Amino acid sequence: MTEVRFTVNGAAQCVEVEPRLTLADMLREECGLTGTHLGCEHGVCGACTVLMDGLPVRACLVFGVQAVGADIRTVEGLAAPDGTLNVLQRAFQAHHGLQCGFCTPGFLMLATWLLEHPEGVDEARLRDVLASNLCRCTGYQNILAAVRAAAREMGVWRG
Amino acid sequence: MNWVGRRLPRSEDPPLLRGEGRYVPDIAIGARAVRFLRSPVASGRIVALRPPAGMPPGCLFVTGADLAGVSAIKPGLRRFNYRAVEQPVLPTERVHFVGQAIAAIVAPGAAQAEDLLEECGLDIAAEDPVIGFDAALAPGAALVHPVAPGNVAVEGEIRPEGFSEVLAGAAHVVEFAFRSGRQSAMPLEGRGGVAEYDRATGRIRLSASAQMPHQLRTGIAQLLGMSEADLQVVAPDVGGGFGQKMALFPEYPVLVWLARQHRGRFAWVEDRNENLIASAHSRDQRHVLRAGFDAEGRLLALEADILADVGAFSVFPTTCAVEPLMALAEYPGPYKVPAYAVRARGVLTHTCPMAPYRGVSRPVITFGIERLMDRAAAVIGLAPDEIRRRNLHDVFPARSATGMVLDEATYIEALDEAVRILDIPAFRARQRAARSEGRYLGLGFSVFNERTGYGTPAFAARSMDVVPGYEVVDIAMLPSGEVEARIGSSPHGQGLRTTLSQIIADRLGLEPGQIRIIHGDTDRTPYGWGSFASRSLVIGGGACQVAADRLADKLRRGAARLLQCEPADVTLREGQAVAGAASMPIAELARLAHQRSELLSDAIGFNLAETGQYDPGGTFSNACHAAIVEVEAETGHVRVERYLVVEDAGRIINPMIADGQVQGGVAQGIANALFEEVIYAPDGTPLTGTLADYTPPTCSEIPEIEIHHLETISEATITGAKGLGEGGSIGAPAAIANAISDALAPFGVDVAEFPATPPRIRALIRDRAPRA
Repeated sequence: MTEVRFTVNGAAQCVEVEPRLTLADMLREECGLTGTHLGCEHGVCGACTVLMDGLPVRACLVFGVQAVGADIRTVEGLAAPDGTLNVLQRAFQAHHGLQCGFCTPGFLMLATWLLEHPEGVDEARLRDVLASNLCRCTGYQNILAAVRAAAREMGVWRG
Repeated sequence: MNWVGRRLPRSEDPPLLRGEGRYVPDIAIGARAVRFLRSPVASGRIVALRPPAGMPPGCLFVTGADLAGVSAIKPGLRRFNYRAVEQPVLPTERVHFVGQAIAAIVAPGAAQAEDLLEECGLDIAAEDPVIGFDAALAPGAALVHPVAPGNVAVEGEIRPEGFSEVLAGAAHVVEFAFRSGRQSAMPLEGRGGVAEYDRATGRIRLSASAQMPHQLRTGIAQLLGMSEADLQVVAPDVGGGFGQKMALFPEYPVLVWLARQHRGRFAWVEDRNENLIASAHSRDQRHVLRAGFDAEGRLLALEADILADVGAFSVFPTTCAVEPLMALAEYPGPYKVPAYAVRARGVLTHTCPMAPYRGVSRPVITFGIERLMDRAAAVIGLAPDEIRRRNLHDVFPARSATGMVLDEATYIEALDEAVRILDIPAFRARQRAARSEGRYLGLGFSVFNERTGYGTPAFAARSMDVVPGYEVVDIAMLPSGEVEARIGSSPHGQGLRTTLSQIIADRLGLEPGQIRIIHGDTDRTPYGWGSFASRSLVIGGGACQVAADRLADKLRRGAARLLQCEPADVTLREGQAVAGAASMPIAELARLAHQRSELLSDAIGFNLAETGQYDPGGTFSNACHAAIVEVEAETGHVRVERYLVVEDAGRIINPMIADGQVQGGVAQGIANALFEEVIYAPDGTPLTGTLADYTPPTCSEIPEIEIHHLETISEATITGAKGLGEGGSIGAPAAIANAISDALAPFGVDVAEFPATPPRIRALIRDRAPRA
C-alpha cells in the first residue's frame, strides 16, 4: 500500500492505496466522490474526466499514486457549498444538455477546462475539445449549446 | 396557468449536475464484489471447472452446480412456431457464445475478484460454432439448440391468396436485398446490480440498472422459487438503457441467490467489454424485398423475406421473436400496400443474444422500404418525394396491410414541409456544380411512422406469455397539499419526473414543483411495465391524467362542502379551489381532509388518494427525415452536412425534452448508419470489445439536427400525445443511406448494407469511373 497525499476540490486528502488502483477508483472508493463516473475504463468515453493540476485527464488511465501532491478538481467542486449551480451547470440545465446524466460530470470537467483556458472558445475549438468525450443520449447538440451559452455569459466566447 | 406545452427545465437535473446522482456503481461501493468467469469459446462442452487454488477467506466460487433448483430462463410465445429455448442461469454442460457467464467469483474487493478470475480452471471441449445466417441455415448445419430444428427459433408467414399474380402483373418489379449490421445499444452506464440481504426482515433489495424493475422482480422470484414479497427491486439513477436494460440477464438472479444464501451484500458492475460482448445485441438482419408498382409508381404488392439473427438465447420477457415479428408486422409502414406477403425467421447462432434496441426492427425495415422507394423512383422516372407522395396513406383512420389501425397523422404533410424547407431545385444545382468539381453531394429522404404507446391488446396479439401494456398510477395529496404520484414506468434519462408533473399540475391547478413523481422501486410503486417502446409519456402520462382527474374530482367535492356550493361550480387553479367569489387554498383543503376529516369525510372519505389506470390501443407518430451528405470518393468518408426532421408526435408536453429525444435518437441512427457494428470472427470471437473498436460517434460526427413539429392532436390517446422516443433512430439509417446513394449515383451504385463505413463505400466505387 502506498500513501497518497493530494488535494481534491481544495481539501487536503491522505489515502493508502494499492499502486494499481486508478485515480478514478481512488476518488470514488477512498474519497467517496462518486460523481466521477466510469463508462469504459479504457480511455475512450471520457466520463471519468477530472482536472489534474489544471489539465483534463481520464481518471481511468491515471494511477492514484500518480496524484501524489496533485491538485485534483472533480464535478463535486463545481457548485457552491450550498448546492447552488455554477454558470456552466446552469447552462446545462437551461439547454437540456443532459438526459441520463452519466456522461455529464466528464463533460462538465472538460468544459470547465475549456472555459478557463486563456485562449477562449470559438466554434471550432468547442467541437474539437468536446469531441474528446462520448454521450449516448443527447446527440451532443444541447451540450454544445450549453457550453456556448456559458462561454458567452463568462465573456470568453470568441465566436 | 398551462404547464403542458412549456419548455420547463428538468427537476432531475440539479443533483446530476452536482455529481450527486446515485447509480448502481455508487451503491456498489463497500459490497462484496462479484465477477463472472465468461466463456472464451462460442460453442463447446464444459469438461472441467475448478475454483482457484487456495481460495482466500471471504471469497466464493459459484457454479451452475451450486444453483441446483434455480430454473432456467425460458420466456414463452404461443405462436409462430416459437421454439422455447432455455438459458441456464449458469451453464453446467455447454456454452453457447463467447462471453456467456459460466461461474461467479466473489471477493471482498473488485481487484481481488478479478485476480481470482484469472486463477479459475476452465476446460471446454470447443466445437465448430454456428456463426452467421449461411452457416445456420445450411442443410445439415449443427444445431445451436436441439429444440430448434434448422436453427429457426421462430417463423411467421403471411401470404394472401393470389399474391404472386398481383406481383407478376405489375408494370415494374423492383428488388432490393440488403443487410443491417449487428449493433449494441451501448448505454454509457453498463449493466450492474447490488443485492443486499436485510437480516431484520429476511428481505432482499436488488438495486439494478434496469428499465423494467417490476418484471425483474417477478422473473427473479420465479427463477429462484423464492417469495416475491421478499424481493424488492430498485432502479436508481440509470445511465441510459435504449432497450438493452429490459432483459432479465442471468447475472441478476446470481446476485440475489448470493445475497440470500450468504446473508450479505453483493455487487456486480460490468465493464465495457462485458457490455459489448455479453449484454445484448440487436439489428443483425438480412432482408430481400420485391415490390410491384404500376406504371404511375403506385405500389401494388410488397414481398419481404426477413432473416433476423437472434443469437444464442431468447431474452425474458420479450423473447427472441421481438425483432423478426416487429419486422413482419410493420414493414408497410406509412404506405398503402394492397398486397403484402412476408416470411420472417429468427435464426439461432452461437453469438450474444438479441434484445430490443431503440426502434427494434423499424430502423431496418425503414431502411428497406425507403431504399426500395428510391430504387423504384429511379426505375419509373419519378422524383423521390413524388413516388412517396403517391403511396403514402392520406385518409385516416387507415388500416395497414397487417390490420393495424393507423390513426390521424401527417405523412404527406411532413414530406411536403421537408421538401419546402430544403429547396430541392437549389440543392440539385449545387449538387451539379459540386459534381463538376469531383465532389459528391447527395440528398436522401426517409418517411416513416412509429407505433407508440401501445397497450395490452397490441402486445397480446403477439401471444407472448408475458403481455405488457397498461400502466397504473397511484396519486395522493399529502396534508401539506403536495402531491405524490407513484408510477409503474421507470424513466432513465427521459425526464418523466418533469413531464408527468406538468400533466398533473394542469389537472390539479398546482405548480409542477408541488408534484413528486416516485418511480423505479417495487416497494413504492404500483405494478407496471417500465419504460420502453415509446410508451411512458403516452401510457404513464395517460394514467397520471386519469389519476389526477379523479383526485381533482375529490378535491372539488371537498371544496364544495366547505364553500357550500356544488362540486361542478368549483375550479382548481393557481393553488386555489375557486367557486364564484369564494375560494380556499388547496393546501388548506388538504390539511382539513386529513386532520379535520369530520368536516369532509361524508363527501370524500378519509383520504385524498386515487388510482388511475390506462391501457390505450396505440397511436402512430410520424416523421420525414432528410439528410444532405458529402461523400469523399477517394476515402469513402461521409460527412453529414445537414439533417432535417419534420415530425408529428401529437401534443408536445415539453418541447425541450421532446427535441432532446429526437436529437438523441437521430444521433444513434446516424451512428447505426455510418459507424457502429459488432463484428464476429468466423470462430465466434467478438472483434469489437472496446469503444475504440465499436466507434460510437462524437460531436465531430453528429451535425446540428434541425427539428420542425407538426402537432396532430391524437384522438387515440387521452392526453393527445403520441410517443417519440424511438423515431429519431428509426428514420436516420434510411435517410443517410439514400443520401449516400444519391451522391454516388454517377458511379451507378447504391447502398445495401449499413453501417456504410468508408471501406464499404470504397468497395462499392473502387474500379468505377463516375459518369458525367
